[in-house]
Amino acid sequence: MLQYFLKRLLSLALSLVAASVVIFLTLEVVPGDPAAYMLGLNAQEDTLAALREELGLGGTLVQRYVSWFGGLLVGDFGTSYTYRTPVADMIGDRLWVSLPLALYALALSTLIAFPAGIFAASRRGTKADAAVMGVTQLGVAIPNFWFAMLMVLVFAINLRWFSAGGFPGWNAGFFPAMKALTLPAIALALPQASILTRVMRSSLLDTLNEDFIRTARAKGLTRGQALWRHAVRNALIPVLTILGLQFSFLLAGAIIIENVFFLPGLGRLVFQSISARDLIVVESVVMLLVFAVILVNFAVDMAYAWVDPRLRGRR
Amino acid sequence: MASFFHSRTLLPGAILTLIFSGAALISLFWVPYDTTVLDIANRLKPPSWMHPFGTDQFGRDILSMIMVGARTSIAVALVAVGIGMLAGVPLGLAAAAGKGGLPDEVIMRGNDLVFAFPSLLIAVMITAVFGASALNAIIAIGIFNIPVFARLTRGAALSLWNREYILAAKVAGKGRARISLEHILPNVANLLIVQGTIQFSLGILAEAGLSYVGLGAQPPLASWGRMLADSQTMISLAPHLALFPGLAILLTVLGLNLLGDGLRDLLDPKLRRARV
Amino acid sequence: MRFRNIGLGIISALALTASQGLAHARGDIVVAMQLEPPHLDPTSAAAGAIDSVLYANVFEGLTRFGPDGSVNPGLAASWDISADGKTYTFTLQDGVKFHDGTDLTSEDVKFSLDRARSDDSQNAQKALFAGIEAVEAVDPLTVKVTLKEPNGNFLFNLAWGDAVIVAPESIGGIKSAPVGTGAFKFANWVQGDRIDLEKNPDYWGTAAKLDKVTFKFISDPTAAFAAVMAEDVNAFVGFPAPENLPQFEADPRFQVLVGSTEGETILAINNKLPPLDNVKVREAIAHAVDRQAIIDGAMFGYGTPIGTHFAPHNRDYVDLTEKSQYDPELSKKLLAEAGYAEGFSTTLKLPPPSYARRGGEIIASQLRAVGIQTEISNLEWAQWLEQVFKGKDFGLTIVSHTEPMDIGIYARPDYYFQYDNPDFQKLFEDLSAENDPDKRSALLKQAQETIAGDYVNGFLFQLAFPTIADARIRGLWMNQPTQATDLTAAYWVD
Repeated sequence: MLQYFLKRLLSLALSLVAASVVIFLTLEVVPGDPAAYMLGLNAQEDTLAALREELGLGGTLVQRYVSWFGGLLVGDFGTSYTYRTPVADMIGDRLWVSLPLALYALALSTLIAFPAGIFAASRRGTKADAAVMGVTQLGVAIPNFWFAMLMVLVFAINLRWFSAGGFPGWNAGFFPAMKALTLPAIALALPQASILTRVMRSSLLDTLNEDFIRTARAKGLTRGQALWRHAVRNALIPVLTILGLQFSFLLAGAIIIENVFFLPGLGRLVFQSISARDLIVVESVVMLLVFAVILVNFAVDMAYAWVDPRLRGRR
Repeated sequence: MASFFHSRTLLPGAILTLIFSGAALISLFWVPYDTTVLDIANRLKPPSWMHPFGTDQFGRDILSMIMVGARTSIAVALVAVGIGMLAGVPLGLAAAAGKGGLPDEVIMRGNDLVFAFPSLLIAVMITAVFGASALNAIIAIGIFNIPVFARLTRGAALSLWNREYILAAKVAGKGRARISLEHILPNVANLLIVQGTIQFSLGILAEAGLSYVGLGAQPPLASWGRMLADSQTMISLAPHLALFPGLAILLTVLGLNLLGDGLRDLLDPKLRRARV
Repeated sequence: MRFRNIGLGIISALALTASQGLAHARGDIVVAMQLEPPHLDPTSAAAGAIDSVLYANVFEGLTRFGPDGSVNPGLAASWDISADGKTYTFTLQDGVKFHDGTDLTSEDVKFSLDRARSDDSQNAQKALFAGIEAVEAVDPLTVKVTLKEPNGNFLFNLAWGDAVIVAPESIGGIKSAPVGTGAFKFANWVQGDRIDLEKNPDYWGTAAKLDKVTFKFISDPTAAFAAVMAEDVNAFVGFPAPENLPQFEADPRFQVLVGSTEGETILAINNKLPPLDNVKVREAIAHAVDRQAIIDGAMFGYGTPIGTHFAPHNRDYVDLTEKSQYDPELSKKLLAEAGYAEGFSTTLKLPPPSYARRGGEIIASQLRAVGIQTEISNLEWAQWLEQVFKGKDFGLTIVSHTEPMDIGIYARPDYYFQYDNPDFQKLFEDLSAENDPDKRSALLKQAQETIAGDYVNGFLFQLAFPTIADARIRGLWMNQPTQATDLTAAYWVD
């Protein structure tokens, strides 16, 4: 186990370095001068030069990479070109919106998917099963930003139950903040819940066909009892994998959803910074998101190996 | 063929897919109204006999826009799947052929790396460098598809390499590359077709998302995602602007997913577990 | 000028008594706008959003713009101009304190002006201060500014947000904690969401009527609409979606103020790029463009057609829209005369604002009708600055020039649209040297006619500035003579 863990840890580190190189090189060739963006149409050449100097836009490519990545390693994300505040602080603030949103959506989708999946599996072949599966087909196919727009139309503009977007901040209290995250979380959770329900159902059905369930049933357990006592736990492995894989989609989805609801999260930060050519912010946020994905996949792998030792040899 | 009509998903899936690909094809030759001509006086008209889906903020016919948009969506998603297959399948075959070796390790690590970038971030970075266009949307989605096909091909190929007829081919002196092409590839083809359908539907969704945030097709080329983005401020004024493009995306993706499910059952019932 | 100030004083005094008469006039306001400032130093960025939050509220200059664009006394109570027009002696208001408690003295004024014109200055409008020879602090309340040449615009220049007076000791933290002299103090900034200001109890002038002001940033037009409808915000200045205005006008909860701006929206043409270097081709483009369709289609009817690069509310404005009437037949004829009977194709590069994006689609369709094909690319501002403004790599672009009195850009041959007419440059030199108001007026009119006659750019419309506010709010600015949201006179009625 330890050897496997170390091997995976090494490959995790390599992936991170490779990702940082890719991100840095891509964004370094991005055309556009942050100083020109900040000073606008009437700026004079000497003013621009003075600003560029202050922003530290000089130096060779390698020097800039080393100072950026070296900084990241010790937790120094640099200073934003436009906001002139430490990037780490900006990311920290935004993370308090994005992370709760992602977790809220994850919780919602799990809370919907588990009962729905178990329900459908236990009534396999019935109309109820077909109805659940039909709804999930729609849930997978609906573009989440469109669903979000429809929810804004109904719940914010017509019914006025929720505000159409924005985030009051956690200082405004737990419930106002959660309320502001509710519509976005539902929009994010719907496709995830649909996928999870389907996985949960099919994985349960597969387990139900396995020998140990048959044995259990032969011993006199009803189908429902067998499902609850044995199948659910064993069906969790594929569900866990999907949860890990979906994390990447959740992050990508959150970028769009944050824009629909104008939440001050990481996704909007990426868009704002890229249009202002505040590349140091973009680099760091993208790196952070990629790091999160790699880390979650790593954790899933580890959980996997822990649950099922046979998997350690395999990829 | 009997099973074609017995499948609960194949037929509706095929019909929906036919409707939208048909609309896209027809739009190459004919649309009810020219979508490049604006008619400001007739803007934001609700659905009527003249304009079954109404008109948009520039007075263009929404039905025509959706037909042209179908073309954009399908073209982008299709080419992106093509990129994913053309690059991903050979990589997967090569990785499986050299399992455990350096090429395998490099390819799979590379896969993990690409996989770690959410497709939208790839698109954001590409468009920051090259500007927004349908082509860059294709590239972004295509890059995202490569590891999907590489992983799938490798996994399926690995299980085939232990089969007896492969061993026989080895004994007969055939090289690994030749075996991959002659014996492995034909046997994973069905799997690839099914996955291709799934990635196609994901590609339609991704294209819509990219166009929605302004990173996809540029005007005057119609695109469903941008139609939705443009409709957003008028949603309370003219809900039909947001309704029809959204439905078009939903139904196209639904059709492709149903088709994929049906194809899977039809082509290889044993593959039922391959897709989640 | 003085009279007007007294007048305003009386009105606000009346308003004050009126609001005091009521038991609880509301003391807080939430004002939304589209763009968030990148930082809070108006003297080192072009971002208009900084001025929109801080100008007149937190920071003040020696002079200041009134709601009608007039230049009024600010921190300078009065001034003397020497006979040769080169020396300005300002007498500062007595008893002005910065928000950190220190007194405003002539040294602070000297510091601010010297900082703006220094070699390492990061002032986005450094040209405003280029004519200053020396700044001298005569005594604590007297500042003497010597100019290299007489400049009729100097008091106007000092009213810009880029010329506000800052406290020397606050420069280190000015970008996140601005210290000014205004009627409001900076309180808090939640990045990505809002900025809070609170009333300055020690203000030297007429105190603000509101106790607390919150600026909220909502960039998305849909969200803007929903936020106003849901009354999450009390006012939205520069409302981004003109299509929603009729709904607000029909709703008694709201008042809609549609004001004017200094923003001439133009279809800029690359005057050096063939075939656009041919005046006939440019004239053809001008006649191919239907202004009213653009105003209706892109701005839903809000906007004043212009026929030259000049604000229609200015008294020297000449209406030259006749010169470029919509006439596609004439346009085709001109193209044929220029040798482009079959048309040609060019690029149309569009920055993010909706006037450009929507206007671009409409213009592309209008140009297509006369045979000119355009390849549209939607750019972000940074890309636009790089490709169009700096690189001059474009055929056509749409942009609103929001600086006040900026017809002078046509005298700069290296400016992005590259209009190079020695006659116009000469005319503008004469204008700078001219002090006689009547002659200046005549020259300005002649300048407008010259660029309209050369069809330098397609002149589209003057950008409107819509403000939507709760019907019970008074004292908001309607027009935008400069980017500002002056709330010092705003108050609630019942």
